Amino acid sequence: MSAADQRALIDDLPGDLMMWVLIVSELLVFGAGMLAFLAVRITDPAGFAEAQSHLHRTAAGINTLVLVTSGWLAALAVRDAEAGALARLRWRLVLAAGLGAVFLWLKAGEYADLAREGLSFDSHPFFTFHLLLTGFHAAHVAAGMILLLIVALPATPRATEAGAAFWHMVDLVWVLLFPVVYLI
Amino acid sequence: MKYQSQKIARAYFGVAMALFAVQVTLGLVLGYIYIQPNFLSELLPFNVGRMLHTNSLIVWLLLGFFGAAYYLVPEEAEREIHSPKLAYLQLLILVLGTAGVVVTYLFNLFDGNWLLGNEGREFIEQPRWVKVGIVVAALIFLYNISMTVLAGKKTAITNILLLGLWGLALLFLFAFYNPSNLALDKQYWWFIVHLWVEGTWELVMASILAFLMLKLTGVDREVIEKWLYVIVATALFSGILGTGHHYYWIGMPGYWQWIGSIFSSFEVVPFFAMMAFAFVMVWKGRRDHPNKAALLWSLGCATLAFFGAGVWGFLHTLHGVNYYTHGTQITAAHGHLAFYGAYVCLNLAIISYAMPIMRGRDPYNQVLNMASFWLMSSGVVFMTFTLTFAGTVQTHLQRVMGEGFMDVQDQLWIFYAMRFGSGIAVVLGAILFIYSVAVPRREMIEPGLQSPAE
Repeated sequence: MSAADQRALIDDLPGDLMMWVLIVSELLVFGAGMLAFLAVRITDPAGFAEAQSHLHRTAAGINTLVLVTSGWLAALAVRDAEAGALARLRWRLVLAAGLGAVFLWLKAGEYADLAREGLSFDSHPFFTFHLLLTGFHAAHVAAGMILLLIVALPATPRATEAGAAFWHMVDLVWVLLFPVVYLI
Repeated sequence: MKYQSQKIARAYFGVAMALFAVQVTLGLVLGYIYIQPNFLSELLPFNVGRMLHTNSLIVWLLLGFFGAAYYLVPEEAEREIHSPKLAYLQLLILVLGTAGVVVTYLFNLFDGNWLLGNEGREFIEQPRWVKVGIVVAALIFLYNISMTVLAGKKTAITNILLLGLWGLALLFLFAFYNPSNLALDKQYWWFIVHLWVEGTWELVMASILAFLMLKLTGVDREVIEKWLYVIVATALFSGILGTGHHYYWIGMPGYWQWIGSIFSSFEVVPFFAMMAFAFVMVWKGRRDHPNKAALLWSLGCATLAFFGAGVWGFLHTLHGVNYYTHGTQITAAHGHLAFYGAYVCLNLAIISYAMPIMRGRDPYNQVLNMASFWLMSSGVVFMTFTLTFAGTVQTHLQRVMGEGFMDVQDQLWIFYAMRFGSGIAVVLGAILFIYSVAVPRREMIEPGLQSPAE
């Protein structure tokens, strides 16, 4: 492959190169976090299972649907950007960010319940990982909502692609976190 | 030299080189104390010598960064420095402050005085008047450089350099806050030098390296900028939370073990990227720049930074490992190679590039300069290995077997003796470097006939 081809490949990425650097970095960090979680779980399967039973699986399941739907709206917004349908695009991105808020609201309820039970970072290694992984993820949901609203302003195809790419990363990480932390 | 005000850098590099000589000489004295523990114990106690060794390192590296900025910003922004007078005033303040610190420490003057006495905090023990002076000097510098950049052409290199230097100056403000809670004190203390070396200094390093690559290899600016942005993004992503690998050990909550381990493991990425960047640029470059010494230092910088900061850092960053190795000679091995590779070599690279131009002697004494690279670098690498082996033995005897600290130190004597030997090589290399830059001589070897490039 010649240097020109390589450069063209990089330029062909939807959105922005820097966004892809960020996405790959995020996936590596969350991946490492989940691997560490699974590794530590081997040392105490019973304790982890007991700790896990304090989580709201149903609420987390609903949150999965909420986030995937939100990601679908962001994907449609990219199509709108290409078609030049700006009003519909902005409406969809605002709705996608709104579903992000729903996700955070349900998440906050879960954290509040854990706090009421007196469960926190130091209660058990499970909760250290659960709070770190889902807490970092929730922070990304909040950042992603802001990003979606920002890219809705210029609403160019490039900006929308970058925003949607980040949002899909947030989505993807949750789809991995949900089974690893809540189900198995 | 296109712009007259670029020669401000010469004064900065001069003072930096003088402090460099002080720093390595003190290093040699300290290395000798390790094998003869009572050496100078009355005149220069170990803790004072160590403080001077580390502080003079930081100060000369900073002076080198300032000099590099005064050299490259006019060329990038395509205009003279806003005010050369202010630049010299800034240097004067820094020199006065440094002298004040050394005198205060050596004779322990004004002990306990709020304004004049040392603050008693390791590494940021400067008396308050010196700290204020540092902030004033930093403000003068940022004003001067920012005005120049704002009025001139803005490039990715100057943007990243300014971002790094502004961050560096702002983080120093934590030196003024001294909470009575020791864990909190240590936390803010860590915000300074560790958010420097794992964050803002990496930005400075990447931008100076990019400038050197631009000049030495002739690769398109567009290509260099793309690399620069990727390096900076990965450096900030991994470095800021990566400093968390220290926090658990200073009394912060347990979850920092995991945040620190995971993020700091990725700190190797920007250093690998910088190494890849430097070599790819040289391979791609069409320009056969005569300043081979600057190129050697640039490549050496990227390579040794990758090993010293990246590999030797990763070696003991995971908290399961650091539980045993924290504060042993493993840390010293990492500290020496990381600082040398990342920041010493970087400064020596820009000095090797800029000094011959500023002195109108382009490019003299390449052979001596390159010899000093090999001598100094071999010395530091050998030192890193001896300290790594010393640290491994120390970790096992002291932390695993539970032997007493001083009993173990006795058994490490052979490693310390070898380390002292490598220290002599480093000091000779440093003297050779300063000589080759400062004392002009005729060319040692006539350049041979160049075969036409493919």
